[in-house]
Amino acid sequence: MSDLLAARSQMAMSLAFHIIFAVMGIGMPLLMVLAERQWIRTRDPVWLDLAKRWSKGTAILFAVGAVSGTVLSFELGLLWPAFMEYAGAIIGMPFSLEGFAFFTEAIFLGIYLYGWTRLTARAHWWAGVAVAVSGTVSGIFVVFANAWMNSPTGFTLVDGKPTDIDPIAAMLGPASFPQALHMTIAAFATTGIAVAGIHAWMLRRDRESTFHRAALKLALLVAVPASLLQLVSGDLSAKFVAKWQPAKLAAMEGHFVTQRSAPLRIGGIPDERTRETRYAIDVPGGLSFLAFGDFDAEVKGLDAFPESDWPPVAITHVAFQVMVGLGTLMAFASLWVIVCWVRKREVADSRALLGLLALLTPAGFIAVEAGWVVTEVGRQPWIVQGVMRTADALTPMPGLVVPFAAFTLLYVFLGVIVAWLLWAQIIKTQPDPAHPIRRDV
Amino acid sequence: MTLADLIAGVTMLALNAYVVLGGADFGAGVWDLVAAGRRAHRQRAVIADGIGPIWEANHVWLILVIVLLFSCFPPVYASLSVTLHIPLVLMLIGVVLRGSAFTFRAYDSTGSAVQRYWGSIFSIASTITPILLGMCVGALASGALAVPADADFHARFVAPWTSGFAILTGFFTLAIFAFLAAVYLTVEAKDEDLQEDFRELAIVAALAVAALAVALLILGHRIEGSITPGLVSRPWSLVLQVLIGLAATTAFVALVRGAFRTARVAAVAQVSLIVWGWAYAQYPALIPGVHTIESAAAPAVTLRLVAWGLAGGAVVLVPSLWYLFTIFKSDEASAFQRVDTAEYKAPE
Repeated sequence: MSDLLAARSQMAMSLAFHIIFAVMGIGMPLLMVLAERQWIRTRDPVWLDLAKRWSKGTAILFAVGAVSGTVLSFELGLLWPAFMEYAGAIIGMPFSLEGFAFFTEAIFLGIYLYGWTRLTARAHWWAGVAVAVSGTVSGIFVVFANAWMNSPTGFTLVDGKPTDIDPIAAMLGPASFPQALHMTIAAFATTGIAVAGIHAWMLRRDRESTFHRAALKLALLVAVPASLLQLVSGDLSAKFVAKWQPAKLAAMEGHFVTQRSAPLRIGGIPDERTRETRYAIDVPGGLSFLAFGDFDAEVKGLDAFPESDWPPVAITHVAFQVMVGLGTLMAFASLWVIVCWVRKREVADSRALLGLLALLTPAGFIAVEAGWVVTEVGRQPWIVQGVMRTADALTPMPGLVVPFAAFTLLYVFLGVIVAWLLWAQIIKTQPDPAHPIRRDV
Repeated sequence: MTLADLIAGVTMLALNAYVVLGGADFGAGVWDLVAAGRRAHRQRAVIADGIGPIWEANHVWLILVIVLLFSCFPPVYASLSVTLHIPLVLMLIGVVLRGSAFTFRAYDSTGSAVQRYWGSIFSIASTITPILLGMCVGALASGALAVPADADFHARFVAPWTSGFAILTGFFTLAIFAFLAAVYLTVEAKDEDLQEDFRELAIVAALAVAALAVALLILGHRIEGSITPGLVSRPWSLVLQVLIGLAATTAFVALVRGAFRTARVAAVAQVSLIVWGWAYAQYPALIPGVHTIESAAAPAVTLRLVAWGLAGGAVVLVPSLWYLFTIFKSDEASAFQRVDTAEYKAPE
């Protein structure tokens, strides 16, 4: 394994690991404060039990998210020092602001988790709100920094060196809004669907459980609007990519030849050697319309770029298909939920819907991972689009396969433990209606 | 004083906060590791209660240091990440294991055997991580990071942080963290037996800090390019040294006499002054022999914006932190029951 491949793999693995916790770190606090709010309003102990369980889950996920995020803040330099030396002054702004947002989140999470007995219910609830808000804001700032790598603005290149730096313009570049919107909605949709899926699965076994019915209702309250809105924000993101990263769009679509009235390819396997995408279902003019709002618009194919500037086409295309496919399924399930609700005022009675939701439990996570593969692999061979190549940012440190192996082992270990803890400590334990709050923080 | 100096100062302040807050959490892990005897279980309980609510916040100071470094002094961040790659990776593994094991222990109620297992991961990682952190600081302060890019692997990536000076700095850091933790725990512990335990540990740690400090001063003077001469030869360095000595003596005497609150204030002052003594001796170098504050600073526009960001962030952070500490660290708060057996306070 070359050092470059090892470094890219380590970065990919670290991001893939962290993003799961980041997503839950944004979504779970919202669920937890919604449940606590229901409790404060109705005094029905089922809501308190729910709030406590969800806050426990939040605590475990936050801890792992915090340490894996700390690792990432170091890895940027440990693996890509030339990138950070180049970009630090330009994108330091969102990172600094993220630091403060994350700090605020950590402070209020401590207050929330350990403050059940020390604060009034109202103050405690507001601490939860502070966690939810600062967690979301911190995610948005990190995405801003990544957005700059996709559409670098806010500086002028003079002899290969950035001058005339404008950190605000860099932070609010053209990719920032669509990317931050897409990711934030993804976090709510993913968490909502995952939690709904777990409780839907439980409900299939125990239809009368008021606990699982309550949990499902709240989770869907978050999941349904987010999953539907995601279609709109996805369209916005695609239009951004079409305009600013045409090579990435071509790879996403497995689109090799520049043409007018380009088809939208559903499925299929791109072959870089023969320059064609086989086994795809083509929707005529679909890509032209989705990218530029005109069925006849010309869409640049990969042939418009030197092969040395191509991203890995097959990976990008397949990842994109996976993301879109799962996103569509989640939206479909959401519509079904709405139909059930409008007709019967209850969603837990449809066994088929519960089954679909249970199946979709991991869907959001897979879609998020696939989406980040599209963003990051689709930008290759650039670390900063059109400005710096990934290979040129690599550390001179040799033997990078060693830290890659070490962190992989560590994260596999942590992943197994977290999954087991969430299962054994929170999901599997039966609610105890007589003493819902005892010994349970 | 330039804007870059100011931001370097704020970075140092964040590092100072990390040392006196996060450092004490590491130190508490050390005492968790060596807890022994009849009261070991109760000692560990005090430690867990003391760290629980505030430890996440305490550790964000490190992220703040890193973020300020790469936004405002990007070449320094890049250079440190290259030459200190190995100890930083090891340190990160420690950070990950420690942070997650602590939370797993708190939320895993499967049985005492598994909890002990998490406890030992937490405490071993708490002990090793500060040593690695200190070795990185030692490599920096000894001037060993000024290595040419064409040097061989050992000279470039291993030698700087494995010198005797660096290793000694590692243990010095561990001793400081353990000292702070023991002093804080004398205040946190509410019954006299435990207070007495932690007082003894604090006195042992204080002596270790003093012995290692003297050893480092002597050793440092023999190393060419090290910042040690700056510890005594600059205009204010003697004043600083006298203040450190005063604070250390006050902390020690207060510990011996059982005046734990005074000891806590003096210990924080002592350790903070050590951090600032290092900063002052090294000023204006960020990496001695490689980068100064001026040579590494980002363009003025970035520094200005980050300065505003820091001011804005402080407006949010300071009251939040104050709130956190008043809830969990006031005398009144500790009169409450332990959290895991308490009832949730119902709204009226």
